[in-house]
Amino acid sequence: MRRRQPAGRPARGLEYLFPAAAAAGGLFTLAILAFLLVFGFPLLVDGRLAGLLLSPWEPDRGLFGIYPMALASLLLALSALVIGVPLSLGTSCVISTLAGPGLRRFLMHGVRLMAAIPTVVYSFAALFLLVPLMRRLLGAGSGLGLLTAAPVLALLVSPTMIIFFTNSFNRVERQVLLAADALGATGPQKLLFVILPAAWPGILNGMLLGFGRAMGDTMVSLMLAGNSPVVPGSVVDPARTLTAHIALVMAADFDSMEFRSVFVCGLVLYAMTGLLMLCFRLVAALGRRTRHERPA
Amino acid sequence: MRYTIFSFMLLPAVLAWFLLPVGTGLASDLDPFAGMRGSIRIAGGTAHIPVMKAVAREIMSVNPQIRISIAGGGSGLGIRQVGEGLIDIGNAGRKPTEQEIARYGLVLFRWAIDGVAAIVHPQNRIRSLSSAQLQAIYGGRITNWKEVGGVDRAINLYTRDESSGTRKVFWKKGLNRGKIVKRANVVVSNGAMKTAIAHDPFGLGYVSVGHIDSSVAPVTLDGVKPSLQNVQSGRYPVARGLYSLTRGRPAGLVKRFLDFLYTPTGQEIIAGSGFIPVQ
Repeated sequence: MRRRQPAGRPARGLEYLFPAAAAAGGLFTLAILAFLLVFGFPLLVDGRLAGLLLSPWEPDRGLFGIYPMALASLLLALSALVIGVPLSLGTSCVISTLAGPGLRRFLMHGVRLMAAIPTVVYSFAALFLLVPLMRRLLGAGSGLGLLTAAPVLALLVSPTMIIFFTNSFNRVERQVLLAADALGATGPQKLLFVILPAAWPGILNGMLLGFGRAMGDTMVSLMLAGNSPVVPGSVVDPARTLTAHIALVMAADFDSMEFRSVFVCGLVLYAMTGLLMLCFRLVAALGRRTRHERPA
Repeated sequence: MRYTIFSFMLLPAVLAWFLLPVGTGLASDLDPFAGMRGSIRIAGGTAHIPVMKAVAREIMSVNPQIRISIAGGGSGLGIRQVGEGLIDIGNAGRKPTEQEIARYGLVLFRWAIDGVAAIVHPQNRIRSLSSAQLQAIYGGRITNWKEVGGVDRAINLYTRDESSGTRKVFWKKGLNRGKIVKRANVVVSNGAMKTAIAHDPFGLGYVSVGHIDSSVAPVTLDGVKPSLQNVQSGRYPVARGLYSLTRGRPAGLVKRFLDFLYTPTGQEIIAGSGFIPVQ
């Protein structure tokens, strides 16, 4: 397409603009890490780190440990994935292969709508619908706890995963699918033996993103998990995640130990998410290598 | 982010305010606002919100040029944000410490007395507890309603976050600085506490007396009902002042806002919200 503008000139501008945007995005992530390190540093060097990580949270006794919260974050995010991944995989399978065009479009629109709903709305609805139900079902406790927050969190991260999964299913090469058709494969067979194995790096990526979102969400756990700063004894017990803990403690005095421990919370959250991403990537890389080594 | 969290938590409080009847103020009390323009930013204590909202509505209805924004966040946040100059008026449901006052140069306006009362679900038969029982429940030594004469169900305990002035007063005067068991659920505003107890038939929490309505039932402490009269006479011991704070002496619009709290119309709003106005 010819325009009146001299060719090449707008493109040259964009050449710089896009990398600049990418660099800014990357730098912000690093800047946050640097910020956390700078403010958390005094606590890291004077030997109080072990106490901060391993003791319980009892400000009245001078104990500011955050491991109960770290554990709760991990537990909640994992249980959200346990519920969310099968749900998302199933939905993606229906969307990408099993459904007709009408149902597919309906589901796709539904998923996008779900992704656009703010997390407070999910939490608010759950507070009035799910919490009393859980209280009645369990017969004890307030209804606030990990088991109440997990399904809501699963619902929250599912759209991200569904969109990721569906995209990776759609990227499976047409030739492979045609070959499967030629061999007389039915829809479910094609899905199980062709599409799912070929799309698994995308599935892994989607799970990774879902996990990151589940770890990072504040509203759902703040409103539904009960916020007790103790290690939950069971899935029905109330618990406080790192993100909710930061929101609750942020308002404390600037000079207080409570406030300073918030930076360590941030660092732990950062480290935990980063480590898990690394693990996932490692698994993905290993998986790729073994697949390539397999004789064709 | 923080703003949205806390302002959302206050939704019940805001809804409660809409249901409160607000008398139209005497025109003379609102005269100082004529011709003024500008904005006032208010944040902090969540017990204050119904009064702040009602006053803001009075002022903004006679003078739409004035914008007043009100957020929650707790007393600790109110003290800190006004001290750092992030807001114009910081609300606190406890007296700031000497250290806080000195560091920020805070000026205190105590405009109401409020009680903090234990509350239960309206269907709960237990309407009276002794201090010893209350301490034992919050300390984790009593865990079942049966042990205080109720049904055989576990007590679902609710408490407030670290920043809460309501929590500090309840802990100091209601629990005699006793332990609050860590298993208790933590909610982040008076409004959220009321909502939680109103929906939990086996819950026990505590809330500013001004927030008590028919959705929750107040608990008599050592035979004294947490009523306005008993708070005013001093018979009900778990009471505190409600403070608004400024950094340095207020001037202009902020000063007029705070002065309005002490006018007859302001006092009427305070009393209408369930607090005892202070002259």
